[in-house]
Amino acid sequence: MTEYRPEHIGLVTKYIVIESFKITPQDLLIRAYEISKGVMIKENCFGLTLMGTEEDVDRIVAELRKIDPAHIFVKDRGFPPGDARRCRSSLGGARPGFHGMEFEMTVIPYISHGIEDLERRDATAIGKTANPLEKSYLDIYRLKKIIDAQEP
Amino acid sequence: MAKVFIYPSTSLILADLVSRYGHTPLSSAVSIREHIQTAGFESAPLQITPEDPKKGLRWAAVEVPSGVRGRMSLYGPMIAACEAAIIIDNADLAFGCMGCARTNELITFLIRQKNIPILDLNYPADEEEGVRFVAAVRKFLSGLGAKP
Repeated sequence: MTEYRPEHIGLVTKYIVIESFKITPQDLLIRAYEISKGVMIKENCFGLTLMGTEEDVDRIVAELRKIDPAHIFVKDRGFPPGDARRCRSSLGGARPGFHGMEFEMTVIPYISHGIEDLERRDATAIGKTANPLEKSYLDIYRLKKIIDAQEP
Repeated sequence: MAKVFIYPSTSLILADLVSRYGHTPLSSAVSIREHIQTAGFESAPLQITPEDPKKGLRWAAVEVPSGVRGRMSLYGPMIAACEAAIIIDNADLAFGCMGCARTNELITFLIRQKNIPILDLNYPADEEEGVRFVAAVRKFLSGLGAKP
């Protein structure tokens, strides 16, 4: 075992993910550089990675969100940008964690629509979500119908 | 501002919505960041040290596989600290090996044992469900005592 010397202590890293028809990661990158004040910024295919002190990163995130609020999503990242333990340039293949993000990118257009729609609609008129804990079992009469439908 | 545990704990959507509506999301990135910024012995690329399964003993018994206990050393402190939780029940992305699967079961079990507000949801499958999803999260978070 080798002694582990942690780097970037006290700094936070955040992903900014874009799901927008209006802006590109490059647009965000240019705006982020204008207000960066020493924060490390890396452009990705899906958006940006920011690393810096929590106050600085939160300030930039708040500014970038204003560009397209319903289509910019932010989450924390544990490892710093380009870390050899996670970066695909050293590991090969997709970055660990990418597949989760890839899956959620298929759902995010619905979330963006929801955020935009909630600004216009009365929240009390919106129906409830289905409770996932209430499992509906197959009704015996419905099962009979399915069996009958399968028989010639 | 409440600390809200999110499951799946790597979820971009939940982490964003929780912070967007004024609360602190407790995601796996937060505990991993703490972990890798602490000096110890390197076991790259995983950064789980021999100490972690011992810490996990607080949440899982000694006969539970060390993979579960190691993972619980990351998630256990967040479960202890959280004041509310949002759980997505049909999260296919949380699928993994037995270590991940059993840890996920233990995480949801421990959260439900804790007497805190919990919101159970499914991922939306269309735009209308998306509206209901965001509305449910916003209503839940506003009930925790901060903005929106």
